[in-house]
Amino acid sequence: MQRETLKNLLKNGAIWGFIVLELVFFQVVGSVLSLSETAFIDPDNMLLLLKQSAPIGIIAVGMTVIMINGNIDLSVGATYALAGIVMLDSMTWPIFVGLGDWAIPFAWLMALLTGCALGLINGLIVWKTGVDAFIVTLGAMLGFRGLVFMYNGQQPTYHLNWTMVDIAEWGVFGLQTSALVFIGVSLLVWLMMTRTVHGRNAYAIGNNREAAVNAGIRVGPHILINFVLIGFLAALSAVAFYSGSGSVNPNDGMLFELWAITAVVLGGTKLAGGAGSIVGTFGGVIAIQLLRKGLGHIGAQTETVNLVIGLILIAVLLLDKQLNRQGQQELKL
Amino acid sequence: MAETNLKALGGLLARQGILVAFVVFMIAFALWNPRFIEIDNVFSVIRSSAILGVMALGVTFVVIGGNLDLSVGSLLSFSAIVVLDLHETPGFGPALAIPAMYAMTMGIGAVIGFLVGYLKLNSLIVTLGMLSAIHGLTLTWSGGQNMDIANQQETWFGIFGRGTALGIPIPVLMFGLLAAVLAIILAKTPFGRKVYAVGGNGTAATFSGIPRARVVFFTYIISSFCVATAGLIQASRTMGAQNTVGQGMELEVLAAVILGGASLLGGSGTVFKTVIGVLILGFIQNGLLLAGLEFYVQFVVTWIIIILAVWLDIATKRGKLWSPIA
Repeated sequence: MQRETLKNLLKNGAIWGFIVLELVFFQVVGSVLSLSETAFIDPDNMLLLLKQSAPIGIIAVGMTVIMINGNIDLSVGATYALAGIVMLDSMTWPIFVGLGDWAIPFAWLMALLTGCALGLINGLIVWKTGVDAFIVTLGAMLGFRGLVFMYNGQQPTYHLNWTMVDIAEWGVFGLQTSALVFIGVSLLVWLMMTRTVHGRNAYAIGNNREAAVNAGIRVGPHILINFVLIGFLAALSAVAFYSGSGSVNPNDGMLFELWAITAVVLGGTKLAGGAGSIVGTFGGVIAIQLLRKGLGHIGAQTETVNLVIGLILIAVLLLDKQLNRQGQQELKL
Repeated sequence: MAETNLKALGGLLARQGILVAFVVFMIAFALWNPRFIEIDNVFSVIRSSAILGVMALGVTFVVIGGNLDLSVGSLLSFSAIVVLDLHETPGFGPALAIPAMYAMTMGIGAVIGFLVGYLKLNSLIVTLGMLSAIHGLTLTWSGGQNMDIANQQETWFGIFGRGTALGIPIPVLMFGLLAAVLAIILAKTPFGRKVYAVGGNGTAATFSGIPRARVVFFTYIISSFCVATAGLIQASRTMGAQNTVGQGMELEVLAAVILGGASLLGGSGTVFKTVIGVLILGFIQNGLLLAGLEFYVQFVVTWIIIILAVWLDIATKRGKLWSPIA
């Protein structure tokens, strides 16, 4: 019994233990080598870290829900770019341009609607055709990227609005808007997954779809809602980021899906579905960003970040296998 | 009665649907623009598809064996950078650089094969991790710089990407030869049958005495061999490479394999079908370009075709167009 508790503690707390380890390691190594003037565990540094992890983090929250539900979404990076382009471009549309700064909420709305629409397309295809989500969203990743390029060719889309930049850089207690959005989204989706019927059903469907159907759960609408949610969150991530930067490159967001999945898996969510948590994903996102910053702090080449994260991902998988031998879950396709 | 006819037609379409669609597409485009099927154009399409195609051949083995390989794009960048860098290293030259690159690339393939085959780790996550790790390795190797061959006139290294033999471009020959050899291995040898068995039903395969781990291991070895070959063609064609030359190709390769009709569940697919999948992607791109459309329109077309192809496939298998999901 105690062994079980210990195991669970290890499994659920592992990511936080890892974060503490990273903090201590980079702090100590940084000061021993005295490579940097400032301490690594510096409040400003930590607040900046939250802001920097927001774009991937907001998407990773959506990815957690999708993966708990037993699906996967590879198209989020392209959705992110398209939503960003629509947002900046819509500011120059004749119907909005006369509104001055009041065009901003409409531009945000357009971006979010774009995200929802793309999610809706994916969700409907997964639901109605029964084609696996991996293939559907793999195709969509190409297709949405094609739409991104068709929108404005290979040119970057550019529109700078200082009011929008001010909003993006507004903050309380040093937390800027995008960091606040990330925290807010994590909280809301955590509530959704733990306190609502939809959340409970999403777990049930991911755990055992047959059993969920037999229990009278309508699988399709839940899948659809989750795809719309991740489309919305990918767009929200774009809104939070591009409001400040004001320029979208058509290649933006590439590999975001892979970073998001990495964070989710580090956070303990099972690929096969049915298990995982938003809190874990939050930890996974922070852990990756800490690693990025930390390696820079101790003077490691930036290129080693990719190497280290890749190896850690595989190590986590190995560790998980050892801790969780009965759960020999394969990718459900 | 009409329904059985429809089902029979559907069955035929599902079995040979990709081939039928390919032929229809080619005829339609040839009628519209005769230049499309001129031998020069056909060769140029196949040559530009060769890199993707060679990678897709290896991934076909992995997918039939019931796994995924998302690391091939990253590994392509690695092999191209390594072979170029070694080529420029004094005392190496092409004759030593190429085998050394093959050894290193296949060494990485062996690591992936060990993790997925012997340690039974989930292939999606392992190769996702390797995608990132290999990219880091490539950047460390190159120091973030592009690689170029300084003296391009004095080396025979360019032959793999630029040369021709008997009027056929070398990349096309390599693609064709590799496809033929791998098709025979997959269809006619005991190893090929074991790959199908392991992918079709791993448990049953284990119980019938097939060494699942070893078979999976070798599918990744084959995949990394193909990536090394593709990297050689890539490096030789441009005589230089960026660190990100293969970025994103893993998913295009997978799209070609799926388009060819291999199931991601494993156990089905053939080398021939993958070649068709690669050619479809290549000719669509070429056809759209000839039609005066930008290259990115093909992404949207590919999206629609992939989903229609897979949908048609599973719809005929279950006998219903729409999924039974409530």
